[in-house]
Amino acid sequence: MYLNLPPQPVPTSPETAVATAEPATQTLSGAQATLHALLAEGVDTVFGYPGGAIIPIYDALYDFQEQLNHVLVRHEQGGIHAAQGYARSSGKVGVVFATSGPGATNLVTGLADAQIDSTPLVCITGQVFAHLLGTDAFQETDIINITTPVTKWNHQVTDASEIPEALAKAFYIARSGRPGPVLIDITKNAQMQKAEFAPYQPCTHIRSYRPRPLVRPEYVAQAAALINQAKRPLVLWGQGVLLGQAEQEFKQFIEKSGIPAAWTILGAGVLPTGHPLNVGMLGMHGNYGPNVLTNECDVLIAIGMRFDDRVTGRLDKYAKQAQVIHLDIDPTEIDKNVKATVPVWGDCKETLPLLTELVEARTHPEWRQRFQDHDAEEIAAVIQDELFPTSDELTMGEVIQQLNELTQGEAIIVTDVGQHQMVACRYAKLNHTRSNITSGGLGTMGFALPAAIGAKFGAPARTVIAVIGDGGIQMTIQELGTIMQTGVNVKILLLNNQFLGMVRQWQELFHDRRYSFVDIASPDYVTVARGYRIAGRRVDNRLALQPALREMLEHPGSFLLEVMVTRENNIFPMVPQGCGVGEIRLR
Amino acid sequence: MHQQSIDQREYNITAYTENQVGLLNRIAIIFSRRKINIESLNTSPSEIEGIHRFNMVVVETEEVVRKIARQIEKQVEVLKVYFNPNEEVIWQEMALYKVPTDIIADRAIVERLLREHGARAVVIRKDYTVFETTGHREETDKLLTVLQPYGLIEFVRSARIAIIKNSQGFHHKLREFERTEPSPEVRENDYLNSRDKVFTM
Repeated sequence: MYLNLPPQPVPTSPETAVATAEPATQTLSGAQATLHALLAEGVDTVFGYPGGAIIPIYDALYDFQEQLNHVLVRHEQGGIHAAQGYARSSGKVGVVFATSGPGATNLVTGLADAQIDSTPLVCITGQVFAHLLGTDAFQETDIINITTPVTKWNHQVTDASEIPEALAKAFYIARSGRPGPVLIDITKNAQMQKAEFAPYQPCTHIRSYRPRPLVRPEYVAQAAALINQAKRPLVLWGQGVLLGQAEQEFKQFIEKSGIPAAWTILGAGVLPTGHPLNVGMLGMHGNYGPNVLTNECDVLIAIGMRFDDRVTGRLDKYAKQAQVIHLDIDPTEIDKNVKATVPVWGDCKETLPLLTELVEARTHPEWRQRFQDHDAEEIAAVIQDELFPTSDELTMGEVIQQLNELTQGEAIIVTDVGQHQMVACRYAKLNHTRSNITSGGLGTMGFALPAAIGAKFGAPARTVIAVIGDGGIQMTIQELGTIMQTGVNVKILLLNNQFLGMVRQWQELFHDRRYSFVDIASPDYVTVARGYRIAGRRVDNRLALQPALREMLEHPGSFLLEVMVTRENNIFPMVPQGCGVGEIRLR
Repeated sequence: MHQQSIDQREYNITAYTENQVGLLNRIAIIFSRRKINIESLNTSPSEIEGIHRFNMVVVETEEVVRKIARQIEKQVEVLKVYFNPNEEVIWQEMALYKVPTDIIADRAIVERLLREHGARAVVIRKDYTVFETTGHREETDKLLTVLQPYGLIEFVRSARIAIIKNSQGFHHKLREFERTEPSPEVRENDYLNSRDKVFTM
């Protein structure tokens, strides 16, 4: 086991210098030093796939199987999505190993996804020998330049002695400030080279990097003054609250100020679904009330969210009447899309308690009633039919509704991208934070299956349910092999409408029903699952649905449940592209 | 041709950075991602040891430049970014002109032109002479035009370097940072530390 010692005190006089023993150094290969660094950073799980340029690290890993759980995935994209799922369910940094060339390029989609969704990752890629760099060597690719736009930081190591410092910086950068993915590319010679290593020193400071802004109390005071005058305030929260581990601070702020609060899909679960001040989901397929009333509120308080275009719709028709308070740790987000009247730059774990102290206790009964009125309208126009349909065919919404009855909001729901994602995010009951894992910013189909595997490793005590469409599952279906080999217990709820449903919906609504290449064929998923030694069932009628869901949840291991749902259902409400949030359509 | 809006004008972006492989690319893609052309780019060691200074010129609106400056400053290895319109900076570009020595030796008019434009001979050889001048784009351009008829062989112009009029120098800021959050690796230039206002115009 590696020693993780605090920094040695600097000797102050010749006597103490003699008395203080030199910190013990160890002769290690670069590969061994890499694994020592991971252990010192508290890493317990690595998702990876070996290959020529990373063999030395895998060779060293052979001796570390007790301390480090390596999950062998079936494709590097699956590996990085699994690491994302792990990071998002556990709050820890996800770690990925991949080899050079194609191994490294297969990480790019996951890096882009983690970058836009602020997921802390450290990806370690092998690279050809340093003397071969730039020669088009076998499996050489310039992964540093390829990944620069999609990483928070990346760095190439060509000498073993650089490894501990590079990894210490990587972990520090990945998890601090606004988290994000980091890639460290280690040449094969650096992995093999032997060197003397001092005890591992975690990184706590980088001169050019200030992840924790100093909170300016005058802005907090201005924000509180605006809130205290507000007649119709609305809070929008995002993943920043969760990333800042400020769920309690957020709840206290909301409960004291009595302000209705709506969420972005990455913020889901921070406030339980049933909380009286939780007024629902924002955005293109969000709830009716928070979208419409965004354009009627007088003070808009955005907390740890970035005004994504799927949330705002047309910007020149977005909350023009409102004064905007924006709390964010990332200064590039303030004024990026929506101009802030009061910018509160800082970690919301620090700023929210300051704000809570200054705001007056209110209940805003009339304003909150407006949300309830809009809810009633949405229930009548959309939700009733979606969750309790009277037609013969099953709807996605009723599947989620039935699932809620069984999980009671205790499960982690991992979703892919498309119609099922919007349905799951809209209707899944979530009691806890870190319970909704989805590809929000990048919209990566194929995310859910591997991310659910990772999420289960990150939160083994919780039930993990991957809700996936028939398009997305076929993008990373090979990860069923990872489930088979590791025995990880993941519930796969496949909502099959035999279409690439979201694109089909757009083609129906905006392209004269010209269904261009959205009719996707499926294999017999239950048979495929059986081929991977995974239990499964297919249902296509209402009577069989709840027993099948129960069977899936009660099954001792992984289970694939394919539910045949109505083919041409549309997701409503909807803010059509190019429209303001006030123009949201109920049908 | 790129349409220029009325709010667009030249901005000078000054970035203080660590001296790291790959950082130039990280900064450059912030512009290229938004399809913004960098009109001029200079990077060289600053007055502080180990810290580089980028000078970049773009034609954009203030709002866009502010967002870009923040995006650059967000990069892990960037310490600080400033942006200023032309009136807030003193700037120069340097130009070198290579002309045949026999022509300038022959003609007094060439000597007069060089003198008028403040050019200085850097190298004088039998076959050619290299002159150097510094100034704004129009000034170095003008000398280029007038030398054209006299057998100009080669011409090169540097990127713009700019000093911010209303700046106390970055080493102050860095020291302030380091006071609140000290880092072991900081090394400052002793000469400049003892001369606080050396870079103030």
